[in-house]
Amino acid sequence: MTGFPRGQAAVVGAATYGMDSKPGFSAIELLAKASFAAIADAGLVPTEIDAVFSTLPEDPFSAMSVPEYLGIRPKLVENSRTGGSAFQIYAMWAALALEAGLCNAVLICYGSNQRSGAGGLVRSATLPFPYEAPYKPRNPTTSYALAAKRHMHQFGTTREHLAEVAVAARKWAQLNPDANMRDPLSIEDVLNARMVSDPLTVRDCCLVTDGAAAVVMTRADRARDLPNKPAYLLGAADATWHRNISTSADITITAASEAAPRAYAQAGIGPADIDVVELYDAFTINTILFLEDFGFCAKGEGGSFVADGAIAPGGRLPVNTNGGGLSCVHPGMYGLFSMVEAVTQLRGIAGERQVKDARVALSHGNGGVLSSQAVTIWGTAETL
Amino acid sequence: MSAPILSIHPEAEYAAFLADGRFMLQRVISTGETVFFPRVAQPRTGKDDLEWVEAAGAATLYSFTITRNRPPAADYVIALVDLAEGVRMMSRIVDCDPARLSIGMSLRARVGEVDGAPVVLFEPEETQS
Repeated sequence: MTGFPRGQAAVVGAATYGMDSKPGFSAIELLAKASFAAIADAGLVPTEIDAVFSTLPEDPFSAMSVPEYLGIRPKLVENSRTGGSAFQIYAMWAALALEAGLCNAVLICYGSNQRSGAGGLVRSATLPFPYEAPYKPRNPTTSYALAAKRHMHQFGTTREHLAEVAVAARKWAQLNPDANMRDPLSIEDVLNARMVSDPLTVRDCCLVTDGAAAVVMTRADRARDLPNKPAYLLGAADATWHRNISTSADITITAASEAAPRAYAQAGIGPADIDVVELYDAFTINTILFLEDFGFCAKGEGGSFVADGAIAPGGRLPVNTNGGGLSCVHPGMYGLFSMVEAVTQLRGIAGERQVKDARVALSHGNGGVLSSQAVTIWGTAETL
Repeated sequence: MSAPILSIHPEAEYAAFLADGRFMLQRVISTGETVFFPRVAQPRTGKDDLEWVEAAGAATLYSFTITRNRPPAADYVIALVDLAEGVRMMSRIVDCDPARLSIGMSLRARVGEVDGAPVVLFEPEETQS
């Protein structure tokens, strides 16, 4: 008995909005577009939402401004700011709050106009770390490049392995009409792209896009009466080991290695039972690190695991089936898009990229610089 | 034996030492363990009998990346280095062709500047006279 209410809550509605560049919209407008669409998709009306768990990157008070904008008076709000992993953490708290009867319908939402609005990366209100900032690291890229370099040194991972991740993401994106980058991409293209921070080229780095996403969660009994096929939350866990990369004891292992076994125990499954894997691929090294940390292969073997198209369409394991942060969408924080794709696959409405008979999907969030790690495991009714 | 230099305001004191050209580390008086980054107490234990001691300056390269810039801005090397005292820090590797860098190589610290701010920098050990 882990205490987690396995399968007792479900996503019943999901939506994205403005994943391409949407000039003229503020971040909260994008968020609201996705939120109202997700509520409608769930077969609910906005006033039925009684809990709002939100992140707007540049608004530390989005717990109040988002309900205000939507016209909702929530009984419960959540605004953990762990970066891209916050949404998996929200789903975990949503399941617990729903089971406890604190609320009946949770909206989890995110929006950013970083590409069209600011013309640059999300400016989160974070304090500079006095023991790194003077050296002018270009974060987040610097931190992930340091991890990639060390992984290559320690385990023999190659730049070709990293490129395999980018190419696989692109091949999935080519099956997704909503993905931003759908042009052909080869291993050589990635290797020959402009070097940003060795060993990472621009094609090893995620996109910079606009985008909003939202999901609605209810208790399982109510979910069965709503129009969509529910995606039940089977397990969820998070772990935090550091904030800044220089304080990590070993940058080749993330806290996902600690969160994963807890989530698997809650769900009563292991990595071999997972049909679809949605990882937070802000950089190509991420996918390799997280495949290891989630137990799909041993530590150090992520490079050879992804070789020869193994995680591309038709490979041995479907990973980042929407095209991921590398080729589909990355508006500063990607975690909720990972979750929407997991739900889309379990509903069986993913079109050309649909993974056949997908019953269990893993959706992962990464926050900071390999700092916060959160994982959710979702299943169809057959898995209950 | 001289009295220890006690650490009371860690962040400000570390910066003041650097501005004075000194690379100082916190040490737990009762155990001899080194603490980095500077804190009001040792992480995990909460021990707050901390003094400042001069860093030995010896380090090995844990990882590095060349930060590429569009000319005329120069590229620079950001690194994570492991100090002989058993702690890790971010820094820059300077006075070295980046092609000659390799993880595990020996480094030597010196206090220098980045854009006018005093910082601890590292260079390969063998370039020292």
